[in-house]
Amino acid sequence: MLTCKDFLKELSDFLDDTLDPNIRAALNKHVNECPNCWVILDTTQRTIKVYKGLEPQTIPQDIHSRLMTALQKKMAASPKQH
Amino acid sequence: MVSGTPSTEANDELPLVERARTGDAAAFSELVQRYERKIYRLAKHITQNDEDAEDVLQESFLKAYTHLDSFHGDSKFYTWLVRIAVNEALMKLRKRKSDRTVSLDEPQDTGEDLVQREIAVWEDDPEKKYSREELAEILDTAVQSLKPSFRTVFVLRDIEELSTEDTAETLGISIPAVKSRLLRARLQLREKLTRHFRRKGDDVFAYM
Repeated sequence: MLTCKDFLKELSDFLDDTLDPNIRAALNKHVNECPNCWVILDTTQRTIKVYKGLEPQTIPQDIHSRLMTALQKKMAASPKQH
Repeated sequence: MVSGTPSTEANDELPLVERARTGDAAAFSELVQRYERKIYRLAKHITQNDEDAEDVLQESFLKAYTHLDSFHGDSKFYTWLVRIAVNEALMKLRKRKSDRTVSLDEPQDTGEDLVQREIAVWEDDPEKKYSREELAEILDTAVQSLKPSFRTVFVLRDIEELSTEDTAETLGISIPAVKSRLLRARLQLREKLTRHFRRKGDDVFAYM
């Protein structure tokens, strides 16, 4: 019998779908019978989803300008060969 | 503010990288425009410091330009660039923390530290209760509270969406170490977000 601790140890691989099908089936069975692990699975999945969906914010204009200035200086100082 | 980036599909990218390699400044600028936001975010996440993040951003693109010849297209340009940026960011982090030892030891993998205290169902769409800025703040604060070794793995795997293998190679750690840290990072973040996103008046699971 799988314990909750066994389930937690495999949770990441379960979510990334990188498990052996037999282990996956055993974990599925556990999660369907254990409300706590079901909640942990659901909320971990949603945690990952909310981070994955994050678009990077635009960077401040002054930081962008300083980056471009530094690059232009570099390109002028050491141009690539054509 | 800088306008949105064009498609980051990798397949149209090799010709662009090729042009940049032969000295086409406009092509390199285009690569910068594509990835500066992600590299800056990555740098901020790892260094947790605005000034360091800007240094990392500049150093990464300057190094990328200098070493463009050593990019052979066997990985995505972005993966190659991330590797440079992570190295720069980790150097900054180590410099700042030189008075404190940053432990790179693996935790004893007994699984004892995996115990979850916050177990509660979430609201259906908790994200919708917050403005974009508030949500970004909640998510950022949670990530920043992770210890550096967990944070770095989480950022690479679940925010920048690198593969387990690329993450291991970028950080110079083993695949089991990536997996172990990622699991812990995800579970810790889950607990932190639960404090914000739990369904109110429905704490029954917390006491089971």
